[in-house]
Amino acid sequence: MSKKLLLDKINVEGIKTFEVYRREGGYKSVKKALQMKPGDIVEEVKKSGLRGRGGAGFPTGMKWSFLAKPEGIARYLVCNADESEPGTFKDRYLMEFIPHLLIEGMIVSSFALGSNVSYIYIRGEYDWITDILQTAIDEAKQNGFLGKNILGSGFDCELYLHRGAGAYICGEETALLESLEGKRGLPRIKPPFPAVKGVWGCPTVVNNVETIAAIVPIINDGGEAYSKIGVGKSTGTKLISACGNINKQGVYEIDMTLSVEEFIYSDEYCGGIANGKRLKACIPGGSSVPILPANLLLKTAKGETRLMNYESLSDGGFATGSMMGSGGFIVLDEDQCVVRNTLTLARFYHHESCGQCSPCREGSGWMEKILHKIEYGKGEMKDIDLLWDIQRKIEGNTICPLGDAAAWPVAAAIRHFRDEFEWHILNPEECLKRNYGLAHYADAIENSVIS
Amino acid sequence: MTFSPDKLNKVNELIGHYPEGKQKSAILPVLHLAQEEFGGWLDVSTMDYVASLLKIQPIEVYEVATFYSMYNMKPVGKYVFEVCQTGPCMINGSDDIIKYIQQKLNIKIGETTADGLFTLKVVECLGACGYAPMMQLGKTYREHLTKEKVDAIIEECVKNAAANN
Repeated sequence: MSKKLLLDKINVEGIKTFEVYRREGGYKSVKKALQMKPGDIVEEVKKSGLRGRGGAGFPTGMKWSFLAKPEGIARYLVCNADESEPGTFKDRYLMEFIPHLLIEGMIVSSFALGSNVSYIYIRGEYDWITDILQTAIDEAKQNGFLGKNILGSGFDCELYLHRGAGAYICGEETALLESLEGKRGLPRIKPPFPAVKGVWGCPTVVNNVETIAAIVPIINDGGEAYSKIGVGKSTGTKLISACGNINKQGVYEIDMTLSVEEFIYSDEYCGGIANGKRLKACIPGGSSVPILPANLLLKTAKGETRLMNYESLSDGGFATGSMMGSGGFIVLDEDQCVVRNTLTLARFYHHESCGQCSPCREGSGWMEKILHKIEYGKGEMKDIDLLWDIQRKIEGNTICPLGDAAAWPVAAAIRHFRDEFEWHILNPEECLKRNYGLAHYADAIENSVIS
Repeated sequence: MTFSPDKLNKVNELIGHYPEGKQKSAILPVLHLAQEEFGGWLDVSTMDYVASLLKIQPIEVYEVATFYSMYNMKPVGKYVFEVCQTGPCMINGSDDIIKYIQQKLNIKIGETTADGLFTLKVVECLGACGYAPMMQLGKTYREHLTKEKVDAIIEECVKNAAANN
């Protein structure tokens, strides 16, 4: 059983309440932090090696150190709880079942950054979780951990919830800030970065829920202790939300030295492929990261065991690797259709494109249409190359990464499963009745070691 | 149309969450409140009223309301089934659930039943991939859907509607 830093208390009866959370050692980091200098807290976070848990994996301490501090201008901390990357439901789990951990992290982080008014931007559909968080905020305030002069330190901090209204794009930090200002969620051109010009033109830090929660153990145990967990630049623990065709779907806190194989097949985690079927493919880090066939998922192209961390999952680049992303782990069994799965993802990105940049607005819709054609037996061979061409022209040509997120799943599906696309086109009637299945991949999978 | 004094207090409290002069920031929460209070959707007069409360131009409300998927721009039924159809839900059988609801309620996607009770919408990922297939119904999620569960949910809604009449 690996060490748990975030979820170790999640099953304690009544942990949602301030009383139980406090009794279990909660809010200790606030007391400790308020006796430190804000700059020293930033240094601890740098030492910890913590990387942003929303998907991009940017070092949190460095992000914090970029925050501009002009005299007389307010600074803001905004927590990104707009979790909406398909396959990702880890922040929801944390907020729903141990809400005070996020509130505690927000208080410490607000103090470190000098934010006297901080916000949690939560996706609109998480309506009941908004209520849970509001109760936690109210309890924290009643007990002197929020509001004026927190624990007699002289530090004031108000924490407000801001509920979104259904827009994936608002998970992109500048779109989120636009939305917080009461506008459409259209990403901004960077620079200026939010650290210099964020919400209402003020310096702003935007961090994911899990990132903020990880600040609590970093302050309690020190940045160095945190940096010793994990491996290389993948320090600390990571929440993985596992879904698809596995026996035990759910959220797991892992040590990033764990192998992908153990994560999928061990009873401590996913418990193997459901219904005794075989593993076909997996999208290991949220829907936008490249899908990998089983053989490349379990071992890298060099034949090394692939691990559940930033470096190992991206080993081989996009040619033979993928990404850690947000930790949304989607498993496909032997019966699943890669074309249909890619179609649903293309539809998702088309639906969620904000429409600002033409490569994304037009390209994502065009890809959806072509994939629809292929899935429903109307495709032509040239469509595959056309899809490839479109995704290539979207990637890197948009203001925000949604363009890349729309392009990558299509590119990876063609890269690794081209024959499945061809089979659809060559068998227009049969593909309506059954999925391509595993025939072609079976050998590759049999050859890889599955315990 | 006006909010009750209670709700007006809520609106002012929401505006107070943001710096002086930045009351436009309250637009999303106030629109949520307005949709809840004024019939489950946002007609032009509702949006104009929200604009007047926030002291902004009506167009600023229209452009926001039409951008976000949770605001209904036309009337909906008393109970709105919002069924997720993205990858992880599709893998777990959301296509069959959507088909089943269509048959059961005898409506197509986007339609409302003749008695005004049910609307069926398909939506993109709601962050419940590990509990698929699923749908949003009002404030909460209904997860691990099966045909039997769908039957029970419909029955529950019909009962609740009858009890409220």
